[in-house]
Order: sequence, then structure tokens, then C-alpha cells
Amino acid sequence: MIKRLILIVALLCSAFPAFAVNPDEMLADPALEARAREISTHLRCLVCQNQSIDDSNAELAKDLRVLVRDRIEKGETNEQVIDYIVSRYGEFVLLKPRFEMQTLLLWGMPAFLALVGLVGIVVFSIKRRKSPSGKPLSEAEKAALEQILKN
Amino acid sequence: MIIEFGHYLLILSLAVSLVMAIVPMIGAWRRDASLMLVGHNSALLLFVLATCSFAVLVQAHMASDFSVKNVWENSHSLVPTLFKFSGVWGNHEGSMMLWLFILVLFTALVAIFGGNLPETLKANVIGVQGWISSAFILFIVLTSNPFTRLDPAPVEGRDLNPVLQDIGLAIHPPLLYLGYVGFSVCFSFAVAALLEGRIDAAWARWVRPWTLAAWTFLTAGIAMGSYWAYYELGWGGWWFWDPVENASFMPWLAGTALLHSALVMEKREALKIWTILLAILTFSLSLLGTFLVRSGVLTSVHAFASDPTRGVFILAILVLFVGGALTLFGLRVQRLGAGGIFAPISREGALVLNNLILTVSTATVLTGTLYPTVLEALTGSKISVGAPFFNLTFGLLMVPLLLAVPFGPLLAWKRGDLLGAAQRLMAAAAGGLVVAAIVYYANNGGPILSLLGMAIGFYLMLGALTDLWMRGGFGRVKTNIAFRRLIGLPRSAFGTALAHFGLGVTVLGIVAVSVYATETVLEMKPGDTADAGPFTVHFDKIEERRGPNFTEENGVFSVKRAGADVGQVASAKRIYTVRKMPTTEAGIRTFGVHQLYVSLGDLTDAGGVVVRVWWKPYILCIWLGALIMMVGGFVSLSDRRLRIGAPSRRSSAKPALEAAE
Repeated sequence: MIKRLILIVALLCSAFPAFAVNPDEMLADPALEARAREISTHLRCLVCQNQSIDDSNAELAKDLRVLVRDRIEKGETNEQVIDYIVSRYGEFVLLKPRFEMQTLLLWGMPAFLALVGLVGIVVFSIKRRKSPSGKPLSEAEKAALEQILKN
Repeated sequence: MIIEFGHYLLILSLAVSLVMAIVPMIGAWRRDASLMLVGHNSALLLFVLATCSFAVLVQAHMASDFSVKNVWENSHSLVPTLFKFSGVWGNHEGSMMLWLFILVLFTALVAIFGGNLPETLKANVIGVQGWISSAFILFIVLTSNPFTRLDPAPVEGRDLNPVLQDIGLAIHPPLLYLGYVGFSVCFSFAVAALLEGRIDAAWARWVRPWTLAAWTFLTAGIAMGSYWAYYELGWGGWWFWDPVENASFMPWLAGTALLHSALVMEKREALKIWTILLAILTFSLSLLGTFLVRSGVLTSVHAFASDPTRGVFILAILVLFVGGALTLFGLRVQRLGAGGIFAPISREGALVLNNLILTVSTATVLTGTLYPTVLEALTGSKISVGAPFFNLTFGLLMVPLLLAVPFGPLLAWKRGDLLGAAQRLMAAAAGGLVVAAIVYYANNGGPILSLLGMAIGFYLMLGALTDLWMRGGFGRVKTNIAFRRLIGLPRSAFGTALAHFGLGVTVLGIVAVSVYATETVLEMKPGDTADAGPFTVHFDKIEERRGPNFTEENGVFSVKRAGADVGQVASAKRIYTVRKMPTTEAGIRTFGVHQLYVSLGDLTDAGGVVVRVWWKPYILCIWLGALIMMVGGFVSLSDRRLRIGAPSRRSSAKPALEAAE
């Protein structure tokens, strides 16, 4: 069932789920087109669930793709294009959020946890090294041992 | 009548599972053998009851009994028989019934194969399984009853969602649930050990086969789902970092960590506390996955808020079980005691590193999946976290892990020789680089990072072979003796090598296809050609066809290589007549591990059709690797040590005497 949701959402997003970029949208210059594709994979289709505008066939995604290509043709860099799209549609449009106050935890989590884990392992193993290994026998075990020794 | 009987059986199951939840635990507490036996018997009875209840639902779907709401909503008399069957779990209620069926199946298996467990441990494990099944049956009965009737009964059903009318639906969910739910057994073992306040190497050995089985099925389920999405969605992607995918991937990551830490515990009685915690966390992530998928909270917070019954119920189950288990863990953890000591450079040390990276990766995926929802709920600020984020963070985390993988099996327990292991892996590293360079130049280069990525893939494969080579003692003893030694190795050694080899194959596939795949999007008319990798695709014709419950426009292409015909490939656009829903059937042709992927798009005004042609070299390596990992899991599962069952507690008290593997 795990795929069901994306399948359905994919269908909801598109009249024909086949694909997104159509030949009539593409730029003639392959280098510019490649840049447009690269930018498109980082921009979210606003009406879809977790789809980039490059994958989505929704009307709004098409508008965005055309917009991206317009800006590229005007000679803007990738960053300028993305900045422009964000200024119009907000941070929500970015599939890879920028590093800022509200995404601090998101970006910081892997490094933070790795650090905590490493420190934890080191502290734990130092503590273990100092304490004697093994634990004293329990009363029951002592009794069992005595029993064995007696026989 | 039979439908009402199925409903009745389900309610009866609830009663039995409540007995199973309470009586054996009291028995374990009071050391009353007859009460504990009730657990064993009720597990078997519950299996029979819940299975019959599930069978009634299956029967209703097979017979297209549209007086049942669930059948009416999700089936149609014209749906092919196989999809009538798989359509049982192609909807919320039915999939929960499948969940339940697999849960009671595992519980019954614990009862049947748990003969060598200490009585109290077995009773407690079955008891915990009883709590889980009670909660889920209650959930089904109260919020997701599949046996609701319609009066008057409709004449015809509303059809199964067309994208689900695929063999994938018959295979993917059962495999996935075998994995998800299989981890419930590990969870129950962990909770039972906490209740008993005692845990040792024997415990790890009992849990290991269940972990292995669940992990193997989950691996298969995720891989199968990925391949299904790849050919069904029609745009050639195979992993989208969708929340729903992440929901299944997180238990897999945690389960992989559990598999490795349980190994340390079994051999060296170290990492006890950590292993218990992982067992709890892995199943918690399975529950969380169920919650995320079933409540719809990730699709839209608003959809969740408008009909929160199911979501809140699963959330309650989640909080109860995770919270309860962690509280118990907090209370009892001191009593578990510490295990064996080891040097940082040792097999144990390598497995700790494995666990550290896998856990951090799991947490990263979890954070990324939940962050937008939580941030919006707390601050109202909307952001997205998608594939580019996960590719970057997860990718970076995987590099050190993949580099370290071949070292693990080459290091000795307690105190290992890192330099020696590195020397032995020199050949694998050099060989990996050479083979990767050959592939790199054969495909006309690419970014230098792709060369390194492929080298890591080959290095993993060769590293796994190095492990077997070393264990056989090739080069140190006579070859025939080395061969005999190799054959005599325990199957778990082959399982490890296979799984690590498979990982390498998958890595190779991921890197190679992401660099060397080509895509051509163009408008074609019959007679036109397009280039795709080494092939030329010639558009022959487009024809109308009619299936049992759909009509389609089928585009036929002939594939040529250097002018010579190598076969045909056909892609279709279908309209399913009942729901008026269009789908794309991708045309895929396999050449070795490479695939040619053709997908039809819209008709254009000029009378042509938009066609997208992909050449996807090495793509099959991705799933082939997963298949090899799966085989590794099964080979390891067939190891004599697990087959003949676990040792008694007494003999396991001296694990140092066991052969170090």
C-alpha cells in the first residue's frame, strides 16, 4: 500500500500522468535547457504532493517551467532564477530548504546526532573501562555454585 | 450471512486476543504453567479466527459481493481475477485486515517455533503480541470495519483504482507488511526481556531469526515497491523520497542496525541495552509509518483535521506502545547490566560505527519527513523538504558507512587489526577502481564523482569476496583445502557476504544510472526515429485496442542497433472505462542489466504524439542488488545455528567458547 498514495497523488496532479516537460517548452540551446532541468528538479510543484515541477504535469508546474526558462534566457544565473521564484512563491517552493533560523534543526540534526552519538560512545566506553568487568554472583547463583562444589 | 459471520469472527478475535494479552502474562508473573499455556493456545486460536475472518473478506471480493461496502467501493465485476484478489488490500480497511492477518501469523509462528524458549519469556512475548493485536483489532472494528453492508445492494462496483490494477499490488503490500509486522516480534521480545529484567546472548540468538526474516521481507517489499513505481508511474523514476516511501525506509534502516547490533549481543553479550532500545525503536518506526500513511497527516494537515478519528486512534496506539515500552525501558534498563568489553578497533567497534551511522541516517530521514508538518503546526511557516535535501544529507552519511562495510567482517572480535584489514582490502579497493574506470571510459566519462561512486560499488562487491577468500584461507593453505574450508563455512558467513555484495551492486546501479541515463523528449509521428543510447527507436504505428475493463492507444516502436532490428517495444495510454481514469503503460525492453524505457504522452495538434524515450544503463543493478541482499538474508536464515534452535541459557553463558566468526 505504500505506493498507493503517491500513485494517486501523481494521478490527481496530472490529466495524463505520462510526463511533464513537453517538447514545445524546451529551450533550443541544450546547455541552457540542461540548466533549466537542473533548476526544475529543485522546485516544488505547488499543487502536488512531493513532486518537482520537472516531474509534474499540473498546469501550475508548466507555468513555472516556462517562467524558469524565460529567466534563463534573460541571462540570469541559477541562483538568480531561484531567488526570483522564491520571491514570488515563497520558501515553500524549494524542495531543498535554505539554511536559516527555521531550518536550523533540519540541517543541523545529522551532524548534531552524529556528534552526540560519538561523544556518548566515547564517554560510555571510558566509563566501562574504569569499572570492573562482570557482575558479582547473585544469591541464587552463589547457592547453585555451592551446590555444584559440594557434589 | 457469511459476511456477518466474518464480522463476528473478527469480534471473537478481539476477545481471544484480549485473553492472550492478559492471561499468559499473569501466568509468567505467577510462574503458573497452565496459565502460560493459555497464551500458546490462544495464539493458535487467534490465528484461525482472524484468518477465517480475512478469508471471508477475500471471498466477498472474489465473488464481487457488492452488498459489502468495501467491495463496492474497490472492485468491479469486470476486474481480472488476480486484481479482485489483490484488491482486497488495495484500500484502507482491507490493508488493515492484511496487517492483522500477518500479525497473528507471526504470533502463531512464535507459539509453534518457540518451544525452546524459557516458558516465561515465551508467555510474555505472546502476551505483548496479544496487546498489539488487541489494539489493531479494536482499531479495525471501531473505525475501519470492512464488513459494512449496503442496503439495497448496488448492481455494480466502482472499480479498483486503475494504477493498482497491477501485479505489483499482489506482491508489494504483503511483502512490506511481512517486514513491518515481523519487527513486532522483535519488539515483543524486547518488552518481554524488560519485564523479566534479564537479557543475555541466548535472547539475541532467539531474536535473530525473526529480525532476519522481517528484514529480508522488508528489503524485498521496498525493492518491489520501487520497481513497481518505476514502471507504473511512467516517468522512469525509482525512488522519490516521498513520505510514504520514507515511512517504509525508516524501519528498514533501523532494522538493519538491529540486525547488526543483535550480532554483537549474540557473540559477545555487549550492546545489550542498545539492542533492546533498537528493537523497540524499529517497531515504533513501523507503527509510525502506519500512522503517517493511514492518517493522511502528511498529505495535508487539514485533511487530517477534518476526519481525525482514524489518525487519532493510530496515534493513541503509537503513543501507548512506544511510550509504554520506553517507560518500561527507562525503569528496567539498570537491571540489564553491561556486557563484554572490546577495543575501539574490533568487529564490535565496526558494528558500533555501523549502528551510529544507520541510526543518524534514520533520524535524518525522520526529521526531513516530519519537519514541514511540525514546523507548520508550530509556526505556521510552510516549507518543503524533498529529494534534493535527502539526496544530499543521506548521500553524505552513506559514504563513510559504505567505505567501512568491508572492514567489519575482516576485523576480529574484541581487538582487531585495522592495518591488516586495510592491507587485505587493498586489492578490493584497487580492483574496484580499475573496474569502475573501465565502465567510466566505456560510457565516455562523466563527472569524476561518478567514477568514485562506481568504484565504491565495485569495492563493496570485491570486499565481500575478499572476506570469503580470507575465511577459506586461499593463498595461505593449499587450494583444495581452502575450498573445503570455504564450503564448510557457516551459512551466515555466506549470508553476510551476499548481503554486502548485493549492497555494492545496488550502489553501482544507483550511481551509474544517475550519470549515464539519457532522456529524449520529442514529438513523433509514425515513421519518425529517435536515438536512445546505442539504440535507435523507430515509431511504427499507433493502434486502438480494447482490454477487459479499459481501452488503450498502443504505440508500437521497433528498436534497432546499428541498423539491425533487435525487437519491439510498445507503450500505451489507457482509459479505464468505469472511473474514466487515464494511465500510462510504459514500454520497457531489457538488455542485460540495461533498459530502454518508452512512454507515450499527449497527442499534439500537428497529429503527432509526444514520446519520451529513456536509455537507462545499469538500472536493473538497483533491484538485482536488493535481490542478492534478500537471498543473503534467506541463506543466513537457513544457518544451522538458527535452524536447530537456540541453545539453552546455561550453555550460552560461555559465549567465549564459540567459534569466532
